[in-house]
Amino acid sequence: MELLVFLILFPALAALLFCILPNGRLRDTIVVLVSAVIIAVTLYLFVLFAGAGTVYFDIESGMISQIMTGLEVIISAGLLYLAAKYRQYLIAGLVVIQLGVVLYAESLINETAALNNLFIDPFSIIMAMIIGIIGSLICVYSVGYMRDYHAHHEGMPDKRRWFFALLFVFLAAMFGVVFSNNLFWLFFFWEVTTLCSFLLIGYSWDEEARKNAFWALLLNLLGGLAFAFTFVWIGLTDPSGGLVMMDTLLAAGPAVAMIPAALIGFAGLTKAAQMPFSSWLVGAMVAPTPVSALLHSSTMVKAGVYMIVRFAPIYNVTMVGYMISLVGGVTFLLASGIAISQSNAKKVLAYSTIANLGLVVACAGIGSYAAVWAAILLIVFHAIAKSLLFLSVGTVEHKIGSRNIEDMTGLLGRLPAVTVMMIIGIAGMFLAPFGMLISKWAALVAFLDAQYGFILVLLLAFGSAVTVFFWTKWLGKLIEVAWNPKPVEAKISNHEYSALVPLTVLMVAVCIGFPLLSSYLVVPYVFGIYGMAATLGQANMTIMVMMVFMVLIMPLSLLYFRKDRKILPHYMGGLSSTPDMHFKGSIGVQRPVALGNYYLADYFGEKRLSNIGNGFCIAFIAMLMITVILGVIA
Amino acid sequence: MITEIIFAIGFIILAPFIGALIGGIDRKVTARMQGRVGPPVLQPLYDVFKLFEKEKAVVRNEVNFYIFSYLIFVVFTGALFFSGSDILLVIFALTLAHAFLILGAYAATSPYSHIGAERELLQLMAVEPMLILAAAGFYMATGSFSVRDIALWPEPIVMTLPLLFVGIVYVLTIKLRKSPFDLATTHHAHQELVKGLTTEFAGPTLGMVEIAHLYETVFFLGLVWLFFASMPWVGLLAVIIVYFLEILVDNTTTRVRWQVMLRSAWLVALVAGAINLGVLTLM
Repeated sequence: MELLVFLILFPALAALLFCILPNGRLRDTIVVLVSAVIIAVTLYLFVLFAGAGTVYFDIESGMISQIMTGLEVIISAGLLYLAAKYRQYLIAGLVVIQLGVVLYAESLINETAALNNLFIDPFSIIMAMIIGIIGSLICVYSVGYMRDYHAHHEGMPDKRRWFFALLFVFLAAMFGVVFSNNLFWLFFFWEVTTLCSFLLIGYSWDEEARKNAFWALLLNLLGGLAFAFTFVWIGLTDPSGGLVMMDTLLAAGPAVAMIPAALIGFAGLTKAAQMPFSSWLVGAMVAPTPVSALLHSSTMVKAGVYMIVRFAPIYNVTMVGYMISLVGGVTFLLASGIAISQSNAKKVLAYSTIANLGLVVACAGIGSYAAVWAAILLIVFHAIAKSLLFLSVGTVEHKIGSRNIEDMTGLLGRLPAVTVMMIIGIAGMFLAPFGMLISKWAALVAFLDAQYGFILVLLLAFGSAVTVFFWTKWLGKLIEVAWNPKPVEAKISNHEYSALVPLTVLMVAVCIGFPLLSSYLVVPYVFGIYGMAATLGQANMTIMVMMVFMVLIMPLSLLYFRKDRKILPHYMGGLSSTPDMHFKGSIGVQRPVALGNYYLADYFGEKRLSNIGNGFCIAFIAMLMITVILGVIA
Repeated sequence: MITEIIFAIGFIILAPFIGALIGGIDRKVTARMQGRVGPPVLQPLYDVFKLFEKEKAVVRNEVNFYIFSYLIFVVFTGALFFSGSDILLVIFALTLAHAFLILGAYAATSPYSHIGAERELLQLMAVEPMLILAAAGFYMATGSFSVRDIALWPEPIVMTLPLLFVGIVYVLTIKLRKSPFDLATTHHAHQELVKGLTTEFAGPTLGMVEIAHLYETVFFLGLVWLFFASMPWVGLLAVIIVYFLEILVDNTTTRVRWQVMLRSAWLVALVAGAINLGVLTLM
């Protein structure tokens, strides 16, 4: 128990320290130290609880709940002040309503010494490891990155103290979300993540950042409001407050828990940036890259899918679950489509995150044991691959001065180390035999066994074809190496390397070791709920591992192919050309060859597909809401 | 286990020869359709042998690595298929193989192969949904993804999956690089992109691409056969008819733009998948 409390409080207390410490070597060292401690404690947590099943911790809630309510009021007041200052009246309204709803609900429930406020189970351990390890590595990376960031943006006020404090508060809140069994506590941490993301997105506080930050806040408050209504329902159904405990609520089954599950599902959809709420995550890329990495991989959106996956058993074979699945499926297909038309690397990553979360949501909405197994594996693989990709894009952006994929032509020749890491990340996102593909395989199996799952199968089949397109063309750009490439001179900071290298190693390790991950953590969790568990099957496992090794060994063939080959110039339609791709154009001018990728904007334009996706998903969510309202009336 | 390994090894050894034979007959029939005599039936084999005699010339060394990986994974795909493994893994392995081919063309850093690579990517995107939907159909029909179980299913699966079969035949034209869908590279001599995807590959490098294509042909015809697996000889007949149709289409149509290819292939996949899988769900 101390361990759980430590993981929540330690980053929060460290954050207080960072508010005071000035920029400088001391702060940087302490950031690294704190991160190292968090990683170590997370690993210890894994060792201690991996085989322990679900463990509940009895903590006296009275005092703590009062502190949380107090903090909620303070936060609301702060948000109201900002909303009033920047005339965001809608946000002000939502904050007031939400606070009112929560306070009203609390008055309904005469909490009789709630027990088991904290808990840990294999799924919490997985999430804690994602938050603790990946999140901390991103914090370490930030040390180097933010120094560069402020060197690149000279006019900007340096609020780095604030920045590091927020990063660690964010981690603390995420630990709180995954360890809380008391939904009031969980809601408190949930709202803290909303607040942190708002402040981090608005870090530079210029016009655009402010606009996007408020937009993210607005959409997430909408989800928060739905979450808050859960408490009103609980208060009206069961004033003794027993259902405030998540395990009791889940155990009560779909007959009782359908309405809170739908409301929390809605909240999850907003936080996980599913269509029609996806725009906040796309807008969030104005923030410094480590923030994007954090939002996309280990925090924020993962809190959204975490809740939906938690409630997956309730969704199994219900109308509400099917609607949630459809939102996820449509988001997967269309967000992947939009990624084709984008040349901004961060935007491609943003849309691919939205798409992959869509797949997780689709699995969780189906809610069968195979689907939940697939969903959890997807969360793990996505967290690692995406953090690696964002961080490598961030580094590349500082070195070549652009985040446009077209400017990354032949990057393998110019920044070999970082590019290899980027390639591993991209391969992890879509290529067999790497992680994502196992999850896709499992998702397909889960959909096929589900009722009316064939529609989801259609969405997945087309969506997966689309992902192959945009990732492969990015890979292609990276390896299109010019003749005698000039390496970029600039040195990459040790802090950046010390995050990138472990993440790369982790990516490969998880690809090879996922059978262990599955059998030690994912299967016990799924088995604990359903009494059944999905596996890949021995034969398929062997094939997958064989493929991983083949891919890893293949580069050795270069040793052979480098020998006694004759290098010839390119074919340029008969024009004489030089090895560095210049040809003699009209009036004898030497012209360089420029090669660009296809973006197919007429078919996969952002506006067009967003409109379609928002339309569909709003319809599905409307049906979900109608189900809830009918349920309330009945 | 032993039978599976024998089948896999049998495929690895025999497939190039069978593929070359099919290719040779293809060229003979094509020639007759055009009023020519045509090359000897074993010409594709002679071509490959000759390519390996040639000078080892490349534009970039790395290209060979990608093409070699392409070959290995195509062989791996076919071996998985003929040893009766999971059909989804087969499809994913094939996608990986093609990703390597495309990366090889990218790595050549040349205008013609670059556009060829883009088009091959479009072809990949056009075909992928149909393959996954066919796998889904096999699962709904037989309750298993294993090619072995599907092949041993007592009834002809084509009766349960007629539309998916039509869809597979449709995308087969793309995969076999036949007109009107031979956008990335073609056997015909009138490609506007010179040789497109393979422009910069020569000698043994091109030889590897050719061998991979032989393997791939056999694999895809095996996939067609799988729809008739309960009646092996009818299946063989179906494969022959389908291949003849491909030759006929190849010789009577002109290349289309990628928009037409992508839209039509996706439409076929959507209609075939939605109706066939939908009916199976309701039944």
